[in-house]
Amino acid sequence: MSPSAVSLATIFVIVAMGVAIGFLAGVHRKMDLEQWTVGGRGFGAVLMFLLMAGEVYTTFAFLGASGWAYSRGGPTLYIMAYLTLAYVVSFFILPQIWEVGRKYGMQTQSDFFTMRYGNKYLAGFVCVVGIASFIPYLQLQITGVGIIVSIASFDGIGRTPAMAISVVLLVAFVFASGVRAVAWVSVLKDVLMVLAAVSIGIGIPYIHFGGIGPMFAALAHSRPAHLTMPGATANLGHTWYISTVLLTSLGFYMWPHAFGAAFTAKSGDTLRRNAVVMPLYTITLAFIFFVGFTAVLVVPGLPNGDLSLLTIVRKSFPPWFLGVIGGAGALTAMVPASIFILTAATLFAKNLYRPIFAPAMTDDQVAKLARVMVVVLGLISLVLAIYKSATLVGLLLTGYAGVTQFFPGVVLGLYWRRVTMRGVFTGMIAGVATVIFLMLSHRDPLFGWSAGFLALCLNFLITALVSWLTPAIVVPE
Amino acid sequence: MRVKKPSVGALLLGLIPFVAMCLSVSLWDRIEPMIFGLPFNLFWLIAWIVLSSLCMWAAYRVEVARDRKDSGVQ
Repeated sequence: MSPSAVSLATIFVIVAMGVAIGFLAGVHRKMDLEQWTVGGRGFGAVLMFLLMAGEVYTTFAFLGASGWAYSRGGPTLYIMAYLTLAYVVSFFILPQIWEVGRKYGMQTQSDFFTMRYGNKYLAGFVCVVGIASFIPYLQLQITGVGIIVSIASFDGIGRTPAMAISVVLLVAFVFASGVRAVAWVSVLKDVLMVLAAVSIGIGIPYIHFGGIGPMFAALAHSRPAHLTMPGATANLGHTWYISTVLLTSLGFYMWPHAFGAAFTAKSGDTLRRNAVVMPLYTITLAFIFFVGFTAVLVVPGLPNGDLSLLTIVRKSFPPWFLGVIGGAGALTAMVPASIFILTAATLFAKNLYRPIFAPAMTDDQVAKLARVMVVVLGLISLVLAIYKSATLVGLLLTGYAGVTQFFPGVVLGLYWRRVTMRGVFTGMIAGVATVIFLMLSHRDPLFGWSAGFLALCLNFLITALVSWLTPAIVVPE
Repeated sequence: MRVKKPSVGALLLGLIPFVAMCLSVSLWDRIEPMIFGLPFNLFWLIAWIVLSSLCMWAAYRVEVARDRKDSGVQ
Protein backbone atom coordinates (compact mmCIF):
# COMPACT_ATOMS: atom_id res chain seq x y z
CA MET A 1 0.00 0.00 0.00
CA SER A 2 1.19 3.48 -0.77
CA PRO A 3 1.80 5.84 2.16
CA SER A 4 -1.22 7.95 1.29
CA ALA A 5 -3.49 4.88 1.17
CA VAL A 6 -2.27 3.81 4.62
CA SER A 7 -2.84 7.19 6.24
CA LEU A 8 -6.20 7.77 4.56
CA ALA A 9 -7.39 4.29 5.51
CA THR A 10 -6.42 4.90 9.14
CA ILE A 11 -8.33 8.19 9.17
CA PHE A 12 -11.30 6.44 7.60
CA VAL A 13 -11.32 3.72 10.27
CA ILE A 14 -11.20 6.27 13.11
CA VAL A 15 -13.96 8.43 11.64
CA ALA A 16 -16.05 5.31 10.93
CA MET A 17 -15.64 4.28 14.57
CA GLY A 18 -16.91 7.69 15.61
CA VAL A 19 -19.89 7.50 13.27
CA ALA A 20 -20.69 3.97 14.48
CA ILE A 21 -20.74 5.14 18.08
CA GLY A 22 -23.01 7.98 16.98
CA PHE A 23 -25.44 5.64 15.24
CA LEU A 24 -25.55 3.26 18.21
CA ALA A 25 -26.36 6.16 20.55
CA GLY A 26 -29.16 7.30 18.24
CA VAL A 27 -30.84 3.92 17.71
CA HIS A 28 -34.11 3.04 19.50
CA ARG A 29 -35.01 6.58 20.37
CA LYS A 30 -37.94 8.51 19.10
CA MET A 31 -36.69 11.60 17.37
CA ASP A 32 -38.95 14.52 18.18
CA LEU A 33 -37.56 18.05 18.32
CA GLU A 34 -36.50 17.95 21.97
CA GLN A 35 -34.90 14.54 21.63
CA TRP A 36 -33.07 15.57 18.52
CA THR A 37 -31.59 18.77 19.87
CA VAL A 38 -31.24 18.55 23.62
CA GLY A 39 -31.13 14.80 24.10
CA GLY A 40 -34.54 14.92 25.75
CA ARG A 41 -33.04 16.89 28.70
CA GLY A 42 -32.01 13.64 30.33
CA PHE A 43 -28.32 14.43 30.39
CA GLY A 44 -26.51 13.24 33.47
CA ALA A 45 -23.47 15.04 34.82
CA VAL A 46 -21.00 12.78 33.01
CA LEU A 47 -22.60 13.16 29.59
CA MET A 48 -22.88 16.90 30.20
CA PHE A 49 -19.20 17.18 31.06
CA LEU A 50 -18.29 15.27 27.91
CA LEU A 51 -20.44 17.54 25.81
CA MET A 52 -18.91 20.68 27.29
CA ALA A 53 -15.37 19.36 26.95
CA GLY A 54 -16.20 18.25 23.42
CA GLU A 55 -17.07 21.80 22.52
CA VAL A 56 -13.87 23.27 23.93
CA TYR A 57 -11.27 21.36 21.97
CA THR A 58 -12.13 21.90 18.38
CA THR A 59 -9.82 21.69 15.42
CA PHE A 60 -9.01 25.27 16.33
CA ALA A 61 -6.94 24.08 19.30
CA PHE A 62 -5.36 21.34 17.20
CA LEU A 63 -4.39 22.96 13.92
CA GLY A 64 -5.10 26.63 14.64
CA ALA A 65 -3.05 26.99 17.84
CA SER A 66 -0.04 25.24 16.30
CA GLY A 67 -0.60 27.21 13.11
CA TRP A 68 -0.29 30.51 14.92
CA ALA A 69 2.70 29.27 16.95
CA TYR A 70 4.33 28.60 13.59
CA SER A 71 3.26 31.65 11.60
CA ARG A 72 2.80 34.33 14.31
CA GLY A 73 4.85 33.08 17.28
CA GLY A 74 4.33 34.75 20.66
CA PRO A 75 0.76 36.04 20.04
CA THR A 76 -0.50 32.44 20.00
CA LEU A 77 -0.04 32.38 23.80
CA TYR A 78 -3.27 34.35 24.10
CA ILE A 79 -5.15 31.06 23.57
CA MET A 80 -3.78 29.56 26.76
CA ALA A 81 -4.68 32.64 28.80
CA TYR A 82 -8.17 33.12 27.40
CA LEU A 83 -9.34 29.55 27.93
CA THR A 84 -8.19 29.58 31.54
CA LEU A 85 -9.76 32.97 32.24
CA ALA A 86 -13.01 31.93 30.52
CA TYR A 87 -13.51 29.37 33.30
CA VAL A 88 -12.76 32.04 35.91
CA VAL A 89 -15.52 34.20 34.36
CA SER A 90 -17.87 31.21 34.31
CA PHE A 91 -17.56 30.88 38.09
CA PHE A 92 -19.27 34.24 38.50
CA ILE A 93 -22.06 33.97 35.92
CA LEU A 94 -22.98 30.36 35.15
CA PRO A 95 -24.41 29.40 38.58
CA GLN A 96 -26.59 32.54 38.44
CA ILE A 97 -27.69 31.80 34.85
CA TRP A 98 -28.54 28.27 35.94
CA GLU A 99 -30.53 29.62 38.89
CA VAL A 100 -32.73 31.95 36.84
CA GLY A 101 -33.00 29.28 34.16
CA ARG A 102 -34.49 26.83 36.62
CA LYS A 103 -36.80 29.44 38.10
CA TYR A 104 -38.33 30.44 34.75
CA GLY A 105 -37.91 27.21 32.81
CA MET A 106 -35.40 28.58 30.27
CA GLN A 107 -33.87 26.28 27.69
CA THR A 108 -31.89 28.57 25.42
CA GLN A 109 -29.95 31.80 25.50
CA SER A 110 -32.74 33.54 23.64
CA ASP A 111 -35.20 32.48 26.38
CA PHE A 112 -33.01 34.41 28.81
CA PHE A 113 -33.28 37.59 26.76
CA THR A 114 -37.04 37.13 26.24
CA MET A 115 -37.63 36.59 29.95
CA ARG A 116 -35.36 39.33 31.25
CA TYR A 117 -36.17 42.07 28.75
CA GLY A 118 -39.64 41.04 27.52
CA ASN A 119 -39.01 41.81 23.86
CA LYS A 120 -39.10 39.19 21.11
CA TYR A 121 -37.22 41.37 18.65
CA LEU A 122 -34.26 41.68 21.01
CA ALA A 123 -34.32 37.91 21.46
CA GLY A 124 -34.57 37.54 17.68
CA PHE A 125 -31.59 39.85 17.16
CA VAL A 126 -29.58 37.75 19.62
CA CYS A 127 -30.43 34.68 17.49
CA VAL A 128 -29.37 36.37 14.26
CA VAL A 129 -26.02 37.47 15.71
CA GLY A 130 -25.53 34.02 17.26
CA ILE A 131 -26.19 32.20 13.99
CA ALA A 132 -24.00 34.63 12.03
CA SER A 133 -21.16 34.10 14.52
CA PHE A 134 -21.44 30.33 14.19
CA ILE A 135 -20.75 30.50 10.46
CA PRO A 136 -17.03 31.38 10.69
CA TYR A 137 -16.70 28.83 13.52
CA LEU A 138 -18.21 26.16 11.22
CA GLN A 139 -16.10 27.33 8.34
CA LEU A 140 -13.07 26.84 10.59
CA GLN A 141 -13.92 23.17 11.25
CA ILE A 142 -14.57 22.45 7.58
CA THR A 143 -11.31 24.11 6.55
CA GLY A 144 -9.59 21.97 9.20
CA VAL A 145 -10.92 18.70 7.76
CA GLY A 146 -9.89 19.85 4.28
CA ILE A 147 -6.33 20.43 5.51
CA ILE A 148 -6.22 17.04 7.25
CA VAL A 149 -7.42 15.04 4.27
CA SER A 150 -5.23 16.81 1.74
CA ILE A 151 -2.05 16.41 3.84
CA ALA A 152 -2.85 12.80 4.75
CA SER A 153 -3.35 11.98 1.06
CA PHE A 154 0.14 13.39 0.39
CA ASP A 155 -1.59 16.13 -1.58
CA GLY A 156 -3.38 13.57 -3.78
CA ILE A 157 -6.82 14.86 -2.79
CA GLY A 158 -7.38 18.57 -3.14
CA ARG A 159 -8.76 20.67 -0.32
CA THR A 160 -12.01 21.55 -2.06
CA PRO A 161 -13.23 17.97 -2.65
CA ALA A 162 -12.05 17.07 0.85
CA MET A 163 -14.11 19.89 2.35
CA ALA A 164 -17.15 18.94 0.27
CA ILE A 165 -16.91 15.35 1.52
CA SER A 166 -16.62 16.55 5.10
CA VAL A 167 -19.79 18.66 4.82
CA VAL A 168 -21.75 15.72 3.42
CA LEU A 169 -20.50 13.49 6.25
CA LEU A 170 -21.30 16.15 8.81
CA VAL A 171 -24.88 16.64 7.63
CA ALA A 172 -25.45 12.87 7.42
CA PHE A 173 -24.05 12.45 10.91
CA VAL A 174 -26.25 15.15 12.39
CA PHE A 175 -29.39 13.81 10.67
CA ALA A 176 -28.74 10.27 11.74
CA SER A 177 -28.24 10.88 15.39
CA GLY A 178 -28.57 14.31 16.99
CA VAL A 179 -26.93 15.61 20.11
CA ARG A 180 -26.82 12.48 22.26
CA ALA A 181 -24.68 10.79 19.65
CA VAL A 182 -22.35 13.76 19.55
CA ALA A 183 -21.74 13.57 23.30
CA TRP A 184 -20.67 9.94 23.09
CA VAL A 185 -18.46 10.40 20.06
CA SER A 186 -16.70 13.16 21.95
CA VAL A 187 -15.42 10.54 24.41
CA LEU A 188 -13.48 8.86 21.63
CA LYS A 189 -12.42 12.22 20.26
CA ASP A 190 -11.14 13.54 23.59
CA VAL A 191 -9.13 10.44 24.45
CA LEU A 192 -7.54 10.46 20.99
CA MET A 193 -6.94 14.20 21.09
CA VAL A 194 -5.13 14.18 24.45
CA LEU A 195 -3.03 11.14 23.50
CA ALA A 196 -2.20 12.68 20.13
CA ALA A 197 -1.27 16.06 21.62
CA VAL A 198 0.99 14.64 24.31
CA SER A 199 2.72 12.13 22.04
CA ILE A 200 3.54 14.56 19.26
CA GLY A 201 4.22 17.43 21.69
CA ILE A 202 6.96 15.37 23.32
CA GLY A 203 7.93 13.19 20.34
CA ILE A 204 8.47 15.79 17.64
CA PRO A 205 10.88 18.07 19.56
CA TYR A 206 12.69 14.92 20.72
CA ILE A 207 13.10 13.50 17.20
CA HIS A 208 14.48 16.74 15.74
CA PHE A 209 16.31 18.35 18.66
CA GLY A 210 16.61 15.71 21.39
CA GLY A 211 14.00 17.34 23.65
CA ILE A 212 11.73 20.30 24.32
CA GLY A 213 14.43 22.34 26.10
CA PRO A 214 17.01 22.04 23.28
CA MET A 215 14.30 22.90 20.73
CA PHE A 216 13.44 26.15 22.52
CA ALA A 217 17.14 26.91 23.01
CA ALA A 218 17.69 26.55 19.25
CA LEU A 219 14.67 28.72 18.45
CA ALA A 220 15.67 31.36 21.01
CA HIS A 221 19.11 31.43 19.41
CA SER A 222 18.07 31.67 15.75
CA ARG A 223 14.69 33.46 15.94
CA PRO A 224 14.50 35.12 19.38
CA ALA A 225 11.81 37.61 18.34
CA HIS A 226 9.46 34.78 17.34
CA LEU A 227 8.92 33.61 20.91
CA THR A 228 7.60 36.88 22.37
CA MET A 229 4.95 39.34 21.23
CA PRO A 230 4.40 40.68 18.58
CA GLY A 231 6.38 37.71 17.21
CA ALA A 232 6.31 37.54 13.42
CA THR A 233 3.53 40.14 13.20
CA ALA A 234 3.60 43.92 13.07
CA ASN A 235 0.59 44.75 15.21
CA LEU A 236 -0.18 41.89 17.62
CA GLY A 237 1.60 43.35 20.64
CA HIS A 238 0.69 43.63 24.30
CA THR A 239 -2.30 45.92 23.74
CA TRP A 240 -3.70 43.40 21.28
CA TYR A 241 -3.01 40.57 23.73
CA ILE A 242 -4.83 42.22 26.64
CA SER A 243 -7.83 43.32 24.56
CA THR A 244 -8.14 39.97 22.80
CA VAL A 245 -7.83 37.91 25.99
CA LEU A 246 -10.53 40.05 27.62
CA LEU A 247 -12.81 39.84 24.57
CA THR A 248 -12.55 36.08 24.23
CA SER A 249 -12.60 35.10 27.90
CA LEU A 250 -15.73 37.21 28.51
CA GLY A 251 -17.27 35.86 25.30
CA PHE A 252 -16.59 32.16 25.79
CA TYR A 253 -19.88 31.39 27.54
CA MET A 254 -21.81 33.78 25.33
CA TRP A 255 -21.73 31.18 22.53
CA PRO A 256 -25.33 29.99 22.36
CA HIS A 257 -24.40 26.31 22.78
CA ALA A 258 -22.14 26.96 25.78
CA PHE A 259 -24.69 29.27 27.43
CA GLY A 260 -27.50 26.77 26.84
CA ALA A 261 -25.43 23.92 28.22
CA ALA A 262 -25.42 25.66 31.61
CA PHE A 263 -29.19 25.09 31.92
CA THR A 264 -28.76 21.34 31.74
CA ALA A 265 -26.36 21.11 34.70
CA LYS A 266 -27.52 19.29 37.82
CA SER A 267 -26.97 22.29 40.11
CA GLY A 268 -25.28 25.67 40.32
CA ASP A 269 -22.68 24.07 42.55
CA THR A 270 -21.71 21.62 39.76
CA LEU A 271 -20.96 24.58 37.51
CA ARG A 272 -18.84 26.25 40.18
CA ARG A 273 -16.83 23.11 40.75
CA ASN A 274 -16.40 22.73 37.01
CA ALA A 275 -14.89 26.21 36.94
CA VAL A 276 -12.28 25.14 39.52
CA VAL A 277 -11.16 22.02 37.63
CA MET A 278 -11.55 22.93 33.96
CA PRO A 279 -8.56 25.33 33.71
CA LEU A 280 -6.24 22.33 34.18
CA TYR A 281 -7.58 20.89 30.94
CA THR A 282 -5.97 23.75 29.00
CA ILE A 283 -2.47 22.45 29.81
CA THR A 284 -2.81 20.14 26.76
CA LEU A 285 -2.41 23.25 24.63
CA ALA A 286 1.25 23.56 25.66
CA PHE A 287 2.02 20.34 23.77
CA ILE A 288 0.33 21.69 20.66
CA PHE A 289 2.46 24.84 20.92
CA PHE A 290 5.63 22.70 21.16
CA VAL A 291 4.79 21.15 17.79
CA GLY A 292 4.14 24.50 16.12
CA PHE A 293 7.37 26.00 17.46
CA THR A 294 9.42 22.97 16.37
CA ALA A 295 7.93 23.30 12.89
CA VAL A 296 9.34 26.83 12.60
CA LEU A 297 12.84 25.39 12.34
CA VAL A 298 12.11 22.02 10.71
CA VAL A 299 9.60 22.85 7.95
CA PRO A 300 10.07 26.57 7.26
CA GLY A 301 8.34 28.42 4.45
CA LEU A 302 4.88 26.81 4.43
CA PRO A 303 2.30 28.98 2.64
CA ASN A 304 -0.18 28.59 5.52
CA GLY A 305 0.75 28.05 9.18
CA ASP A 306 -2.29 25.86 9.75
CA LEU A 307 -0.56 23.17 7.68
CA SER A 308 2.43 23.06 10.02
CA LEU A 309 1.30 20.48 12.59
CA LEU A 310 0.38 17.80 10.07
CA THR A 311 3.30 18.58 7.76
CA ILE A 312 5.80 18.01 10.53
CA VAL A 313 3.95 14.88 11.71
CA ARG A 314 4.15 13.56 8.15
CA LYS A 315 7.87 14.30 8.07
CA SER A 316 8.58 12.71 11.45
CA PHE A 317 6.40 9.60 11.66
CA PRO A 318 5.25 6.64 9.51
CA PRO A 319 2.03 7.05 7.48
CA TRP A 320 -0.17 5.04 9.86
CA PHE A 321 0.66 7.44 12.67
CA LEU A 322 -0.11 10.41 10.44
CA GLY A 323 -3.46 8.65 9.93
CA VAL A 324 -4.06 8.38 13.67
CA ILE A 325 -3.31 12.07 14.21
CA GLY A 326 -5.40 12.98 11.16
CA GLY A 327 -8.29 10.83 12.39
CA ALA A 328 -8.15 12.44 15.83
CA GLY A 329 -8.06 15.81 14.11
CA ALA A 330 -11.02 14.96 11.87
CA LEU A 331 -13.15 13.96 14.85
CA THR A 332 -11.98 17.10 16.63
CA ALA A 333 -13.56 19.03 13.79
CA MET A 334 -16.68 16.93 13.25
CA VAL A 335 -17.89 16.71 16.85
CA PRO A 336 -17.95 20.45 17.59
CA ALA A 337 -19.17 21.23 14.07
CA SER A 338 -22.18 18.97 14.69
CA ILE A 339 -22.94 20.83 17.90
CA PHE A 340 -22.63 24.24 16.24
CA ILE A 341 -24.76 23.31 13.26
CA LEU A 342 -27.46 21.74 15.47
CA THR A 343 -27.55 24.75 17.77
CA ALA A 344 -27.64 27.27 14.95
CA ALA A 345 -30.35 25.39 13.01
CA THR A 346 -32.54 25.02 16.09
CA LEU A 347 -32.04 28.67 17.03
CA PHE A 348 -33.19 29.67 13.57
CA ALA A 349 -36.30 27.49 13.51
CA LYS A 350 -37.43 27.59 17.11
CA ASN A 351 -36.25 30.91 18.48
CA LEU A 352 -36.18 33.15 15.43
CA TYR A 353 -38.55 32.00 12.68
CA ARG A 354 -41.45 30.67 14.73
CA PRO A 355 -41.84 33.49 17.31
CA ILE A 356 -41.43 36.30 14.79
CA PHE A 357 -42.84 35.03 11.48
CA ALA A 358 -45.03 31.99 12.12
CA PRO A 359 -46.37 31.66 15.65
CA ALA A 360 -48.82 28.95 14.48
CA MET A 361 -46.11 26.46 13.45
CA THR A 362 -46.30 23.03 15.04
CA ASP A 363 -43.29 21.39 16.71
CA ASP A 364 -43.14 18.98 13.79
CA GLN A 365 -42.84 21.79 11.26
CA VAL A 366 -40.20 23.48 13.40
CA ALA A 367 -38.16 20.26 13.44
CA LYS A 368 -38.43 20.00 9.65
CA LEU A 369 -37.33 23.58 9.21
CA ALA A 370 -34.38 22.94 11.53
CA ARG A 371 -33.30 20.04 9.35
CA VAL A 372 -33.45 22.19 6.24
CA MET A 373 -31.32 24.76 8.04
CA VAL A 374 -28.68 22.13 8.85
CA VAL A 375 -28.17 21.66 5.12
CA VAL A 376 -28.30 25.39 4.35
CA LEU A 377 -25.75 26.27 7.05
CA GLY A 378 -23.48 23.43 5.94
CA LEU A 379 -23.52 24.74 2.37
CA ILE A 380 -22.93 28.38 3.35
CA SER A 381 -19.92 27.38 5.45
CA LEU A 382 -18.58 25.20 2.65
CA VAL A 383 -18.83 27.99 0.09
CA LEU A 384 -17.09 30.40 2.47
CA ALA A 385 -14.39 27.82 3.25
CA ILE A 386 -13.72 27.42 -0.47
CA TYR A 387 -13.77 31.07 -1.51
CA LYS A 388 -12.67 33.04 1.53
CA SER A 389 -9.39 32.04 3.06
CA ALA A 390 -8.41 33.11 6.55
CA THR A 391 -6.31 31.53 9.27
CA LEU A 392 -8.20 29.28 11.67
CA VAL A 393 -7.48 31.65 14.56
CA GLY A 394 -8.67 34.59 12.47
CA LEU A 395 -12.00 32.84 11.86
CA LEU A 396 -12.56 32.13 15.52
CA LEU A 397 -11.78 35.74 16.50
CA THR A 398 -14.41 36.92 14.01
CA GLY A 399 -17.04 34.75 15.70
CA TYR A 400 -16.00 35.99 19.14
CA ALA A 401 -16.29 39.61 18.11
CA GLY A 402 -19.97 38.83 17.43
CA VAL A 403 -21.05 36.72 20.41
CA THR A 404 -19.22 38.79 23.04
CA GLN A 405 -21.65 41.61 22.27
CA PHE A 406 -24.20 39.64 24.35
CA PHE A 407 -22.08 40.01 27.46
CA PRO A 408 -23.42 43.38 28.70
CA GLY A 409 -27.01 42.21 28.27
CA VAL A 410 -26.32 39.04 30.20
CA VAL A 411 -24.16 40.32 33.03
CA LEU A 412 -26.06 43.58 33.60
CA GLY A 413 -29.31 41.65 33.25
CA LEU A 414 -28.22 39.47 36.14
CA TYR A 415 -26.67 42.06 38.41
CA TRP A 416 -28.03 45.54 37.62
CA ARG A 417 -31.74 45.99 38.21
CA ARG A 418 -31.79 49.38 36.49
CA VAL A 419 -30.70 48.10 33.04
CA THR A 420 -33.44 48.48 30.42
CA MET A 421 -34.43 46.67 27.23
CA ARG A 422 -33.81 49.77 25.14
CA GLY A 423 -30.37 50.18 26.73
CA VAL A 424 -29.34 46.63 25.94
CA PHE A 425 -30.84 46.69 22.45
CA THR A 426 -29.16 49.95 21.36
CA GLY A 427 -25.87 48.94 22.99
CA MET A 428 -25.87 45.60 21.21
CA ILE A 429 -26.75 47.12 17.84
CA ALA A 430 -23.95 49.67 18.24
CA GLY A 431 -21.50 46.91 19.21
CA VAL A 432 -22.41 44.63 16.32
CA ALA A 433 -22.40 47.52 13.81
CA THR A 434 -18.94 48.57 15.02
CA VAL A 435 -17.63 45.01 14.62
CA ILE A 436 -19.05 44.70 11.11
CA PHE A 437 -17.66 48.07 10.05
CA LEU A 438 -14.17 47.55 11.50
CA MET A 439 -13.83 44.00 10.18
CA LEU A 440 -15.16 44.61 6.68
CA SER A 441 -12.92 47.66 6.31
CA HIS A 442 -9.92 45.61 7.53
CA ARG A 443 -9.36 47.75 10.58
CA ASP A 444 -8.88 44.85 13.02
CA PRO A 445 -6.78 45.45 15.08
CA LEU A 446 -7.38 49.19 15.30
CA PHE A 447 -4.31 51.02 16.71
CA GLY A 448 -3.27 47.72 18.28
CA TRP A 449 -6.66 47.09 19.94
CA SER A 450 -8.88 44.14 19.06
CA ALA A 451 -11.88 45.46 17.11
CA GLY A 452 -14.31 43.23 18.99
CA PHE A 453 -13.05 44.59 22.30
CA LEU A 454 -13.48 48.21 21.23
CA ALA A 455 -17.01 47.36 20.11
CA LEU A 456 -17.67 45.71 23.48
CA CYS A 457 -16.57 48.85 25.35
CA LEU A 458 -18.86 51.00 23.20
CA ASN A 459 -21.66 48.51 23.75
CA PHE A 460 -21.26 48.70 27.55
CA LEU A 461 -21.14 52.47 27.50
CA ILE A 462 -24.27 52.87 25.37
CA THR A 463 -26.16 50.19 27.30
CA ALA A 464 -25.49 52.02 30.58
CA LEU A 465 -26.20 55.47 29.16
CA VAL A 466 -29.49 54.60 27.45
CA SER A 467 -30.58 52.60 30.51
CA TRP A 468 -30.16 55.69 32.67
CA LEU A 469 -32.17 57.78 30.23
CA THR A 470 -35.06 55.32 29.80
CA PRO A 471 -37.58 54.37 32.47
CA ALA A 472 -36.86 51.21 34.45
CA ILE A 473 -38.69 48.07 33.34
CA VAL A 474 -40.65 45.79 35.60
CA VAL A 475 -38.70 42.58 35.98
CA PRO A 476 -40.33 39.40 37.23
CA GLU A 477 -39.09 38.70 40.76
CA MET B 1 -34.99 38.10 38.50
CA ARG B 2 -33.01 38.45 41.67
CA VAL B 3 -29.84 36.40 41.96
CA LYS B 4 -27.27 36.06 44.68
CA LYS B 5 -24.29 38.23 43.85
CA PRO B 6 -20.82 36.70 44.20
CA SER B 7 -19.05 37.74 47.39
CA VAL B 8 -16.33 40.39 47.30
CA GLY B 9 -13.76 37.87 48.54
CA ALA B 10 -14.48 35.47 45.67
CA LEU B 11 -14.38 38.33 43.15
CA LEU B 12 -10.98 39.45 44.40
CA LEU B 13 -9.69 35.89 44.15
CA GLY B 14 -11.04 35.72 40.59
CA LEU B 15 -9.26 38.97 39.74
CA ILE B 16 -5.84 37.48 40.56
CA PRO B 17 -5.67 35.23 37.44
CA PHE B 18 -6.75 38.17 35.26
CA VAL B 19 -3.93 40.32 36.57
CA ALA B 20 -1.39 37.50 36.35
CA MET B 21 -2.26 36.08 32.93
CA CYS B 22 -3.60 39.11 31.10
CA LEU B 23 -3.05 42.65 32.40
CA SER B 24 0.58 42.16 33.50
CA VAL B 25 1.72 40.73 30.15
CA SER B 26 4.48 43.29 29.57
CA LEU B 27 6.18 42.20 32.80
CA TRP B 28 6.54 38.52 31.88
CA ASP B 29 6.54 38.38 28.07
CA ARG B 30 10.20 37.50 27.63
CA ILE B 31 12.38 34.49 26.85
CA GLU B 32 14.90 34.69 29.69
CA PRO B 33 15.21 33.19 32.21
CA MET B 34 14.27 29.88 30.61
CA ILE B 35 12.76 27.53 33.19
CA PHE B 36 12.58 23.75 32.66
CA GLY B 37 13.72 24.50 29.12
CA LEU B 38 10.67 26.69 28.43
CA PRO B 39 10.71 30.38 27.46
CA PHE B 40 9.70 32.44 30.49
CA ASN B 41 6.35 33.60 29.06
CA LEU B 42 5.22 30.06 28.29
CA PHE B 43 6.40 28.80 31.67
CA TRP B 44 4.60 31.67 33.41
CA LEU B 45 1.28 30.87 31.70
CA ILE B 46 1.50 27.14 32.41
CA ALA B 47 2.29 27.88 36.08
CA TRP B 48 -0.70 30.23 36.24
CA ILE B 49 -3.07 27.65 34.82
CA VAL B 50 -2.39 25.63 37.96
CA LEU B 51 -2.39 28.67 40.25
CA SER B 52 -5.66 29.93 38.71
CA SER B 53 -7.28 26.63 39.50
CA LEU B 54 -6.06 27.07 43.12
CA CYS B 55 -7.45 30.62 43.25
CA MET B 56 -10.83 29.36 42.07
CA TRP B 57 -10.73 26.58 44.61
CA ALA B 58 -10.23 29.22 47.30
CA ALA B 59 -13.08 31.27 45.82
CA TYR B 60 -15.23 28.15 45.94
CA ARG B 61 -14.46 27.70 49.64
CA VAL B 62 -15.40 31.35 50.26
CA GLU B 63 -18.75 30.96 48.47
CA VAL B 64 -19.58 27.67 50.18
CA ALA B 65 -18.78 29.14 53.61
CA ARG B 66 -21.01 32.11 52.86
CA ASP B 67 -23.88 29.94 51.64
CA ARG B 68 -23.63 27.86 54.79
CA LYS B 69 -23.67 30.97 57.00
CA ASP B 70 -26.65 32.41 55.12
CA SER B 71 -28.72 29.28 55.42
CA GLY B 72 -27.77 29.07 59.12
CA VAL B 73 -29.12 32.59 59.73
CA GLN B 74 -32.51 31.94 58.13
